[in-house]
Amino acid sequence: MTDVAFNCDQPPVIDVNGLVTYYGERRILDDVSMQVCPGEIRVIMGGSGSGKSTLLRHLLGLNQPVGGEIRLLGKNINTINSAEMYALRKQIGVSFQGGALFNSMTVGENVAFPLREHTNLDDNTMRIMSRMKLEVVNLAGFEDLYPAELSGGMIKRAALARAIVMDPKLLFFDEPSAGLDPVVSAELDDLILMLRDTMNISIVVVTHELDSAFKIADSITILDKGKILMTGSKEAVRATDNERVQALLNRRVSEEEQDHDAYLARLTGKAS
Amino acid sequence: MRSATEQLGKRLINGVEEFGYGSLLLLESLYWILLGRRRNQAVRFSAVVNEMMAVGVLAIPVVVILSFANGVMMALQGIYTLQDFGAESQVIPGLAYSITREFGALIVGIVVAGRSGSAIAARIGAMQMSQEIDALRVMGVNPVRYLVSPILLAMIFMMPMLTILADFMALSGGGLLCTFKLHMSFGSFWESTLSLLAVSDIMQGIIKSVVFASLIALVGCINGFSASGGADGLGRVTTRSVVLCIAAIVIADMIFTFFLSR
Repeated sequence: MTDVAFNCDQPPVIDVNGLVTYYGERRILDDVSMQVCPGEIRVIMGGSGSGKSTLLRHLLGLNQPVGGEIRLLGKNINTINSAEMYALRKQIGVSFQGGALFNSMTVGENVAFPLREHTNLDDNTMRIMSRMKLEVVNLAGFEDLYPAELSGGMIKRAALARAIVMDPKLLFFDEPSAGLDPVVSAELDDLILMLRDTMNISIVVVTHELDSAFKIADSITILDKGKILMTGSKEAVRATDNERVQALLNRRVSEEEQDHDAYLARLTGKAS
Repeated sequence: MRSATEQLGKRLINGVEEFGYGSLLLLESLYWILLGRRRNQAVRFSAVVNEMMAVGVLAIPVVVILSFANGVMMALQGIYTLQDFGAESQVIPGLAYSITREFGALIVGIVVAGRSGSAIAARIGAMQMSQEIDALRVMGVNPVRYLVSPILLAMIFMMPMLTILADFMALSGGGLLCTFKLHMSFGSFWESTLSLLAVSDIMQGIIKSVVFASLIALVGCINGFSASGGADGLGRVTTRSVVLCIAAIVIADMIFTFFLSR
């Protein structure tokens, strides 16, 4: 069972249809289709190797798919020309897993970077705008530090400030809780919820953290071995009778892993 | 045996692929330099100045020392060889031509390859690994325009400058030795050197240095962009970048000299 398509009352901000991609001979994403509605927080969940990072790279236009199409804010990102893509990118914010702050710039310069590249604002206005966003993520007063001087949680928040500095319509967040302790990670979850409510952004969060996923999600897409197992509300996901989904939710090892003969064969290197 | 041929074939294909990628990178960064303003993504002047400091100005001390020492050595070897024919004074045209046409540019090439070929690869490689390059792309900032174009522009501008400096220092080194060994004044050494040299001799070195500049910039950037696999991978691309830069320079030099001195 895949699922009943999730219908938005407005045109979806993300519309993926039949996305197929390979890494060499290996099929990473297999006929992935999903829609994200405006104003919602969609969590894409899956274990390591489920293809969720690859899906994100495609959504960001960093990888070219073998088949299928991706529409962001109504534009097909694999066919539009570079000028249209340039315009589209200004409406999209991304916070990467490790922050991806520019190490050679201070936090303030990092946050102001998109403004500096895309607008003709004077330095003072840019400084005020980046301070405003740093205020939003509770990092006021840290603008003169370099990324190397920040803690993991602060880096994520600074990266978030940079991602929202252009007031994007769509925000991507890769593994917000990776490498953070539970308290800091919970703070970040609150921040994501607050952004949706105050700035009316559609947010896509890629994560493997169950707690965080169920706390922030309006809807959840579960990816497994390159296929979408299901998309639905938190309640629908919890209540599903799909065994793989339940296995993922209850952190059970998949059946194949419990096959002792296969395990032995793998260890000894002999085909069973 | 079969695997050896297979390996050779793979390497050859990789080499051709990399060469093609390098040519595209050159075209793309020239495109941004020339037309970036029209696309609202101009190459930043401040970035170019920063690169000029890093690749050019900071290389001055080592270029001065190495080219001076090289000039002294060439003069020594020249006088030693020409002694047998009693033609020591012929060392002056030897120095004048070989330094301006060849060694000035080559010394600068090797110094800059060692300093900047590694630095460029390491910097871009580290950015690649920490997803900073991806971050640039998703923010709508073309990484070639932002990173490669300033480096290329700074290199193409600074390498000829350094070459002229190296020519001057190497000739001074050679001249200084000649004043001792040939009992002539430093002034008359320069006088006879300048009377021998034509603009075309100096231009030959300068044209070469522009080619070397493009090679170092491109090889450094390509290796940086291809970095993967943590600190280990970063070390690998840095080494590879320096080795390839120097190899590319020497081979390009040979080809150029072959055609230019006919």
